[in-house]
Amino acid sequence: MTALEDFAAQVGPVGAGPVTCVGGRTQWELGGGLTGAPREVMAPAGVVGHQPGEMIVRVRAATTLAALDEATAAGGQIVALEADQPERATVGGVLACGRSGLRRLGRGPVRDALLEATWVNADGEVVRAGAPLVKNVTGFDLCRLMVGSIGTLGFLAEVVLRCHPRPEREEWWRSEPDSDADAFALYRALYRPLAVLWDGRSVWVGLTGYGADVDAQVRGVLEPAGRWSQVEGPPSPVGELRRSVPAAELRATLDAVSASCPGSSWLAEIGVGVLHCSAEAARVVPAPPPGAGVVELHRRIKERFDPEGRLNPGRSPLTHPQVMAAASRGASA
Amino acid sequence: MTTDGDLVAQLRAALSPERVRTDPMELGLYARDASMLVGRASVVCFPESTEEVAAAVAACARAGRPFVARGSGTGLAGGATPVGDEPPVVIVTTKMNRILDVDADSRVAWVQPGVLNLDLSRAVAHFGLHFAPDPSSQQSCSVGGNVANNSGGPHCLLYGVTNAHILAVEVVLPDGQVVVLGGLDPEPDGLDLRGAFVGSEGTMGIATRIAVRLTPLPPTVATLLADFPTMADAARAVTAVIAAGVVPAALEMMDATIVEVVEAFVHAGFPTDAAAVLLVEVDGLSGGLAVVTDVVTSVLARHGARAVRVAADAAERAAWWKGRKSAFGAVARIAPNYYLHDCVVPRTHLVEVLEQVSRICAEQDLTLGNVFHAGDGNLHPLIVFDARVPGVLERVHAAGAAIVEACVAAGGSLSGEHGIGLEKRDAMPLVFGPADLRAQAHLRDAFDPAGLCNPAKVLPRGGTRCADVADLPEGVWI
Repeated sequence: MTALEDFAAQVGPVGAGPVTCVGGRTQWELGGGLTGAPREVMAPAGVVGHQPGEMIVRVRAATTLAALDEATAAGGQIVALEADQPERATVGGVLACGRSGLRRLGRGPVRDALLEATWVNADGEVVRAGAPLVKNVTGFDLCRLMVGSIGTLGFLAEVVLRCHPRPEREEWWRSEPDSDADAFALYRALYRPLAVLWDGRSVWVGLTGYGADVDAQVRGVLEPAGRWSQVEGPPSPVGELRRSVPAAELRATLDAVSASCPGSSWLAEIGVGVLHCSAEAARVVPAPPPGAGVVELHRRIKERFDPEGRLNPGRSPLTHPQVMAAASRGASA
Repeated sequence: MTTDGDLVAQLRAALSPERVRTDPMELGLYARDASMLVGRASVVCFPESTEEVAAAVAACARAGRPFVARGSGTGLAGGATPVGDEPPVVIVTTKMNRILDVDADSRVAWVQPGVLNLDLSRAVAHFGLHFAPDPSSQQSCSVGGNVANNSGGPHCLLYGVTNAHILAVEVVLPDGQVVVLGGLDPEPDGLDLRGAFVGSEGTMGIATRIAVRLTPLPPTVATLLADFPTMADAARAVTAVIAAGVVPAALEMMDATIVEVVEAFVHAGFPTDAAAVLLVEVDGLSGGLAVVTDVVTSVLARHGARAVRVAADAAERAAWWKGRKSAFGAVARIAPNYYLHDCVVPRTHLVEVLEQVSRICAEQDLTLGNVFHAGDGNLHPLIVFDARVPGVLERVHAAGAAIVEACVAAGGSLSGEHGIGLEKRDAMPLVFGPADLRAQAHLRDAFDPAGLCNPAKVLPRGGTRCADVADLPEGVWI
């Protein structure tokens, strides 16, 4: 029995009861708590193969990001997936949660990394979408649907990910607190920065690429815009929550946060719109609920992919409080 | 069942009489797209707003009548060819061609689906921005069509295909309801329905407003032209460039047949005695550009390039790209018809698959040209023929089927950027098993439970539980 077949057998067919898939438990709360006590299964682990000439890597879902990075580093490449705890966070978990890391501005969102996905569906069958190719439009794009689905449509078992050349250099610079450095102006002036982060006092800039280009951007863009010191890396995100803000509204949102919660700490990803903040600050950030039509599409998709609701029961990719409240009212009715 | 007369009256009331047409000449024009597949339309309508699209779709839904969205009709896989149990209503988006809003600071624009791809890039060029997907048909294809097909283009090697450049889509669902999928914020709540919609080939609704991500124009660009004594040398050079840890912005190949007709047409200075030409573009900041240009030049030379030229100025660069992008029109110099294929193979298998494609066409006594996105393994074998010659179409189709099988056998896939449409839907079982196809059918069924939206496309006969995969009407051939 192959590792995939073994995993499928663990999930079992319809009738085998509620089941949940466990990764590194680094984002376990996402999507709400599980209802009942579903049986726990784990996806297989291990890097199946890195093909530098194709710029792809095939990896089983429970492989940690650290193990993945080690495997692709040997071939001079990287995969654009990030997590706070790479020794614990798994490839499958990071994809299923769909939350990007602080380098999203330069490396792109999580969803762009996935080329082929193999998962176990609610019938206990092995299902595949996409292809181990960097370009492919064969069939509907179920890979995008799986990213961020929080294991509610199927449990990822094995994936093929896009690789990039490992850059010659990655550098991080921090502006002196309360200096003149304007994070928004820097975002516009830098060419393909890895990240521009702002906490209201300091700006962190991540630069990557060829050494000559990194040096040129430090000299030509950073130095004229304030006083900087080189640092090890980005700051640890502050605050337990993250909010998703349209780029055009980010500055106004940060002004509102500063005005309402003066002592509250936050970190904003400029040019991306992810805001890491405290619960107090998060209340100031507008978060319109998804429309009724979108909620209805979610219901129909779930109904078709998992009619018994046995995969991650109680969890939903729709995490807006109003939607979750309506869902729990519906469940208890 | 609503009669055609009732449906037309409802559509005329919802739009305006002159934008709902039923004369046979017009129906004939809209019975096909740029593929060789012909269907049948019952009504053609030209909405100008989201509300009008929603009204037209709702009228079709009430009548149980299938409908097909159509942009510029440049698709090559029959995705906009109207087929169904009854002749569908064709909903054309060409009159929805306004750029609604450009936010240069946030690098986002809202556009209507009928905006042409190149018009969008031109309109934002003065901000130093562009829309990165650049299909060869970019002068005539629409952004809505790009969304439907998840279109590619030469520069998608570095910048990614359409999906990576779409933030949100306002969609009229097949029941007439209007929703927005995705959002301008980075992590919209819920499933990535935006991602599922992009590339759904018009089977999950009609896009009526699209938020595109705009990409800064590169500060410096170098375009290289290398000529090779054999196709195999050029293909090996492509693999070597990627293996050297370099991802050019674009890496295109043209064979001798294409170079000859293109040069006669645009006079770009292509070497007409070469067996293959590679067009390589690298971009970025000047320091890295110099490094990459050196690496690429030496890799090409090591793999047998007779000469590597760098475009002297913007005019020469533009001439080379004009040559590359007008190849499909230029082949009319050889014969009146062409069939352009679209397959992907692993880049490390380029040499063997190109040889097989060449052998397949020789066996069928067909003229072959190759002009394609070599850097991402996206082949475009171009079979040139005269459809008036008896028996030639059968040979063209036999060669096409053999090419698809050869690509799949090499670990490739059916389509890199043209889509499945009608053309390749019955080849889907070559790459997907029953459970895989069932999952795709579930997604489509969730968006379109009644099966009215661009029926009979993408999924093979018997691949869904919907009735929309019944036999095709007379006159359609695949």
